[in-house]
Amino acid sequence: MMEVLSGVLLLLGTLFILLSAIGILKMPDLYTRMSATTKASTLGIGLVLVGTIVYWQDFGIASRALAIIVFLFLTAPVAAHIIGRAAYFGDVPLWEKTKINEFGNTDEDRANRDV
Amino acid sequence: MSFMEFAVQASVIFIGLSILAIFLRLVIGPSIEDRIVALDLLSANAIAFIAVYSIQKNTTTFLDVGIIVALLAFLGTVAFAFYLGRRKKT
Repeated sequence: MMEVLSGVLLLLGTLFILLSAIGILKMPDLYTRMSATTKASTLGIGLVLVGTIVYWQDFGIASRALAIIVFLFLTAPVAAHIIGRAAYFGDVPLWEKTKINEFGNTDEDRANRDV
Repeated sequence: MSFMEFAVQASVIFIGLSILAIFLRLVIGPSIEDRIVALDLLSANAIAFIAVYSIQKNTTTFLDVGIIVALLAFLGTVAFAFYLGRRKKT
């Protein structure tokens, strides 16, 4: 019973990891790619590690896996924010169908923003 | 072949396929930020691969490696982004 639950968790996590890999290949620009990768990869790794915990049922393994999960959930949004900020202020182009650009849609606005 | 063995085999295969796809983005990525994002995701996939591998080989030693990889991936990403910001400003 526990093995079946562990296998289902492993397969779900692998599905999310595969989806994030497809997203990083197929998405049109950097920002949508980051949206695909950060969310799906944290959720996928969380599910795979929970599957590992369920499979082993050991306190040492559980504490180590939980440490990885907590650390990833803390650091993944921070890393995504830092890269997004560096990319936006480093003039990485947005997708041409982007509707809202908070720092202005014209070249003049982009030149006048204070970095 | 039990369901657990099937799940582990499928996970290994599909995580390997995703690593290939991410590596393709790492090679063709138009900007340097794309490559940083791909590296970050690559190390995340390495952690998942380590977890599945520990089940497949019936050893528990490798989970410590996962903690180290998570730590180094975050530090590397932050360092890359920091130096990118400095380069673009000056």
